[in-house]
Amino acid sequence: MTDQESIVGRGAQEGSRLFREWYGGLTAAAERGAPTAYVFVMGSIAEILRVFDFCMVFPEINSLQTAVRGVAQDYLNQAEEYGYSTDICGYLKADVALQLRQGAHPMGRIPKPTLAVVTNACNTYIKWAEIWERLHHIPIFTMDVPGARSAGEEPRCGSEELERDRVYVEAQLRELVALCEQLTHKKLDLDRLREVLSHTNDMSRSWRRILELNQTSPAVFNALTDGTIFLGVANALRGTAEGGAYFRDLVEEMELKASRGIGALPEEKHRLTFVGVPCYPMFRRFYELFAEWGGVFVNSTYLSFAAGGLNLGYQYDLERPLASLAEGILMSLRQSMDAMFFQDRSLVEMAQSFRVDGIVYHPIKSCRTVSTGLADNRRAVMERYDVPCLFIESDMMDKRVVAEAQLKNRIDAFFEGLASRKLRAQARP
Amino acid sequence: MAYAAGIDVGSTQTKAVLIDEDQRIVSRALVDTGANVVTAAEKAFRAALDGASASEEEVAFIVGTGYGRYRVTFGDAQVTEISCHARGAVLMFPATQTVLDMGGQDTKAIHVDPRGEVLDFCMNDKCAAGTGRFLQAAAFALDIPLGDLGPTALRSKKPVQITTTCIVFGKSEILSWLARGKKVEDILMGVHRSIAVRSMGLLRRVGVEPQVTFTGGVSRNRGMVEVVQEMLGVTLNVSEESQFMGALGAALFALDHIRKSRTATKPPVGKSLGAKEGTAPA
Repeated sequence: MTDQESIVGRGAQEGSRLFREWYGGLTAAAERGAPTAYVFVMGSIAEILRVFDFCMVFPEINSLQTAVRGVAQDYLNQAEEYGYSTDICGYLKADVALQLRQGAHPMGRIPKPTLAVVTNACNTYIKWAEIWERLHHIPIFTMDVPGARSAGEEPRCGSEELERDRVYVEAQLRELVALCEQLTHKKLDLDRLREVLSHTNDMSRSWRRILELNQTSPAVFNALTDGTIFLGVANALRGTAEGGAYFRDLVEEMELKASRGIGALPEEKHRLTFVGVPCYPMFRRFYELFAEWGGVFVNSTYLSFAAGGLNLGYQYDLERPLASLAEGILMSLRQSMDAMFFQDRSLVEMAQSFRVDGIVYHPIKSCRTVSTGLADNRRAVMERYDVPCLFIESDMMDKRVVAEAQLKNRIDAFFEGLASRKLRAQARP
Repeated sequence: MAYAAGIDVGSTQTKAVLIDEDQRIVSRALVDTGANVVTAAEKAFRAALDGASASEEEVAFIVGTGYGRYRVTFGDAQVTEISCHARGAVLMFPATQTVLDMGGQDTKAIHVDPRGEVLDFCMNDKCAAGTGRFLQAAAFALDIPLGDLGPTALRSKKPVQITTTCIVFGKSEILSWLARGKKVEDILMGVHRSIAVRSMGLLRRVGVEPQVTFTGGVSRNRGMVEVVQEMLGVTLNVSEESQFMGALGAALFALDHIRKSRTATKPPVGKSLGAKEGTAPA
């Protein structure tokens, strides 16, 4: 192995290390009672909160970690015993139990919130934040981000409608700044904000490059497993120098892998797109059900809507930080919220540019917001483009609705079909 | 001439089919699966061999299918029953474009091409409502042999409404209707319609294109055939071999391997169609 090739695998290792360190930081913050902001991956407004030195907590990430570490059921059961229905979002319920346990988490301890910042990207966010309001008596800042009003239209920078909405979002950002100043007794440091935004710009450029590199064959990372590590860092370290450095190193690693033909799997047989949220309760095994067939996920919608808009590659204008931040938030949340209207188009584009052999739809019981419309979306995609699409249902948190045997049966049948399709294509003159 | 074998290990019954190189069924066997899946597979295979007066050495390739397919330890490969039912249905009815398979705990709607390859499929998820399990439960609750369910239901003049959501609740409803003095045939037709309604949803999701072939153990129930035909508005293909369709399809995949090994210059790469060895179907 050359010195260069020794960097292969660095991203996964470093990502895991940074993640553990981040949780170590949360535990320390909990112990000293540091000011903490609870935020969500869609619209974290991390840049403003970093300027005021809030410790950032992502409840969605905390919850999924309980599932990955095999303890989610205890948390879900506790929330349900407390009174929450089985139908409610598993992320929310696991977080309720976490609050009831005073922040006790398999990765350490999660500090209590001083403030919560939510957007309307997900309808559950708002009711979730009200739970924290009741439990911890904290202010909840709710940002109203307008969605597209014309069906069939995607947001375009510079349009009149977007500019009006941007002004609306910027006004709310200034309200958030005022609230942060009140809570921390500090004034907004615009130079610091510019610095934070520049790190996000850095991360965004790198993120787009990394996603694009998976167009090579073999794909250099698996969007399902590696992608989850990358997403964790992208959210937890958004707007930091460490986050910028991590993603620059990741670009270096992925570019090397692409140039040397080092793939995510020893033998890539089928290139796939993943639509939905991963099955965290059996995360490793879920990946294996596909990897055993030589199936690698070259992209996923999750890497878009859960990356806080980094995939758009939007570059904040440091000359007009707040105005630009407002525009970036608007663009990224528009993409997430409007995804259900345009996803068939974007999926076909992804399938074509990434030369995908199949698309795997994974609706989850926990989340109607993500899952509603996927069956129709699948049908629309199959009408627009000749690509096999698998539809398998489970959950991102609740193993009671995850049935491995049923998943395996469907996945195996899907790959049998893909393999036959390839054989026929090869046999054609 | 060599034989190809397919063994379908289902939740209730295990079926085995032997075919010759002209794709003719030379024998079939059916045993209860019971608790020991490996034994059931072996018993079914032996019974099929006996039925053909064949020795094990004359069987050149064995494919296992069904949920227990990886437990057919003496098999050479595994293929899902989705693919197998598709292949079997098209062999029996070449104009098939849609397959409805109703088994003991599984119902599937499959859209197939003229080669018997799967274009799309949809199955019941998590819950056995809408499968043969409900018929078993009804037979037990009403103390009627399984074979009499269909003919009894067809005598119904005023079917009752039975839940389509849950077999456990469905059983309670059966008892509740009995207590209210409803006729057994009307209750049974309600059960049949409840099961059929579930399959309509699956069929609509893959798209119903004639001809439609009905496979699986439940297709032997004439009452179910009539109800599904009425709901779909099409005449169903139902083969005498419908219960063995999965095993037949598996045998066809086995035959593919035999033919391929005859034309290949080197031996086949691996045994399994399944994930672990990652080889493509023949």
